[in-house]
Amino acid sequence: MSDFTVATQAIGSRRQGNVKRIALRWLLYVLLCLFALYYLLPLFVMITTSLKSLEEIRTGSLVALPREITFDAWSTAWSSACTGIQCEGLRPFFWNSILIAVPAVVISTVLGALNGYVIAQWRFRGANMIFSLMLFGSFIPFQVVILPMARVLGMMGLAGTIPGLIFVHVVYGIGFTTLFFRNYYVTIPHELVKAAKVDGAGFFRIFWSIFLPLSLPIIVVTVIWQFTQIWNDFLFGISFSQAGTQPVTVALNNIVNSTTGVKAYNVDMAAAIIAALPTLLVYVVAGKYFIRGLTAGSVKG
Amino acid sequence: MTPILDVKNLYKNYGSVEVLKDINVSIDPGDFLVLVGPSGCGKSTLLNCIAGLEPITGGAISIDGRDMTDVSPKDRDIAMVFQSYALYPTMSVAKNITFGMKVRGVDAQTQKTKLADVAQQLQIEPLLNRRPGQLSGGQRQRVAMGRALVRDPKLFLFDEPLSNLDAKLRVEMRTEIKRLHHDLGASMVYVTHDQIEAMTLASKIVVMKGGVIQQMGTPSQIYNRPENLFVADFMGSPAMNLIPAKAVKNGKGMRIEIERPEGGPLILNDAANPDLPENVILGLRPEDIAEAGFRAGKQVQTAHCLVEIVEPAGADTYVMSDLGGKKVTARFHAETKAEPGATLEFAFDLGKVSYFAPNTGQRLN
Repeated sequence: MSDFTVATQAIGSRRQGNVKRIALRWLLYVLLCLFALYYLLPLFVMITTSLKSLEEIRTGSLVALPREITFDAWSTAWSSACTGIQCEGLRPFFWNSILIAVPAVVISTVLGALNGYVIAQWRFRGANMIFSLMLFGSFIPFQVVILPMARVLGMMGLAGTIPGLIFVHVVYGIGFTTLFFRNYYVTIPHELVKAAKVDGAGFFRIFWSIFLPLSLPIIVVTVIWQFTQIWNDFLFGISFSQAGTQPVTVALNNIVNSTTGVKAYNVDMAAAIIAALPTLLVYVVAGKYFIRGLTAGSVKG
Repeated sequence: MTPILDVKNLYKNYGSVEVLKDINVSIDPGDFLVLVGPSGCGKSTLLNCIAGLEPITGGAISIDGRDMTDVSPKDRDIAMVFQSYALYPTMSVAKNITFGMKVRGVDAQTQKTKLADVAQQLQIEPLLNRRPGQLSGGQRQRVAMGRALVRDPKLFLFDEPLSNLDAKLRVEMRTEIKRLHHDLGASMVYVTHDQIEAMTLASKIVVMKGGVIQQMGTPSQIYNRPENLFVADFMGSPAMNLIPAKAVKNGKGMRIEIERPEGGPLILNDAANPDLPENVILGLRPEDIAEAGFRAGKQVQTAHCLVEIVEPAGADTYVMSDLGGKKVTARFHAETKAEPGATLEFAFDLGKVSYFAPNTGQRLN
């Protein structure tokens, strides 16, 4: 009899434990959902606002869904919003950003790969020193280099041009790209280079046939990093550009700041989303490799 | 005959650190030279110098009569197998093997024939389309050897090729390398820290320590007549017994006295080595100390010793006794009745003895 009571008590307490655990689990999920909502809310407001008409924005609530979906704001932002006196929308500046970002990303990635390869695998006197200096270079604040860089660009005849901006971004990016590639290549056994040397391959042959095919994960990391940095850059863009060569970030700022009369929130929101779209796209397409590349360990061969 | 490899007065420094000091090595075509020594002795550095992967500080290297001192690795007509195999991870096995030929611009037909030959020789035909990552350690090792074989070089260089394999596979691959050497009649230089590998493979062994050659000779010379205490201790497993002893003139020969904890010194009479100094270190391999009655020979002498430890090892039983302040290992037959604590008659074969000077460590007889 007494055994039986003990047993029921045990079941009871176990049930209590279960209830407690489930409650905790729910609490956790509710909290997580709240956090997710908190972070998603701005995006939600941006998207819904960009799909509303100005009339509706003025009368309705900020978080309400649009009563009537209209893409007018998007087309205005893209092709007819005014940035100062010019009213061509974001389109020409978006194109500028592509003209700046794509070559700058490609050049800085290629140079970083070569630098990393040399520093990690072709040890020479002072390699560590050079690497430390490059590392130091990547942590110099933007503001510090603006004046000297303006002077250099002027002397090179590249002031206010797109090649000038490409040059700035390449110079600023090399430190990071070298760091990425060096840390990746340093995990590759030195014997691989030795074997290739005995096989008769030279410096570039070894890089091209052996190291580059191994590098996809780190190339993806570098491209995402560089593309995001360069696309989102505002300070260099506004400092070293002139009327026709401004990148999209500068144009976005101009659109938002140069509205006269009624503030077209829907256009501003649409423009902001358009300006952010390429980096989002890069993450969605290559994000999987980004994580993999960052955590990629040694190459077993 | 021109030596296939001739290293003369080679020095190698890293900054102010001397890694190799006055190395002189020369081997004939068809020789299998093994460089052996503890880690950090410079054996791999020497191999890298021979390959041209490390510049040398002084001296000269010639391969097949041609001075190679300042020639780049690819023009030395060598092939090399590495410890980590160093297979190109993104290439298939076939591409790994033919990469060298591709770089050198060998035509596709020749590449194909040679690849097929080597694949057949090493029995790796089924693996040709795989990536190195999909292979086991032993298979990778075979591919690495295939990459070397396909080159058909004047000189093969092996840098501890078996040390990443498990014990069983290592023995298999050792035999395989021996067979290849025999079949090809090729000249090889092989680096290892494993003295058994050195003994089984070599036609010539170089024992190194601290960047200096300690002894160079055939496996039998190295094993039976070690030049100094280091070589005596390093080569052989279990190691040679090195017992401090006193030598006293006794008529025509010498009386060797070895201290032991009880019963007065152990006395052996050596007539063959009459000119020993007073203090010597007597070296006898475990197999040259047997149970009395199981070893015959002119110079076999017996003495009673106290058995301390008995270690059956299957084929043999190792029996340890305290002599001259050292644990002395004797190799008895498997069925021995030796028991710890008992006193047994040991047979010492002085025909195989080595004497060393305690202060210099050099061989005396």
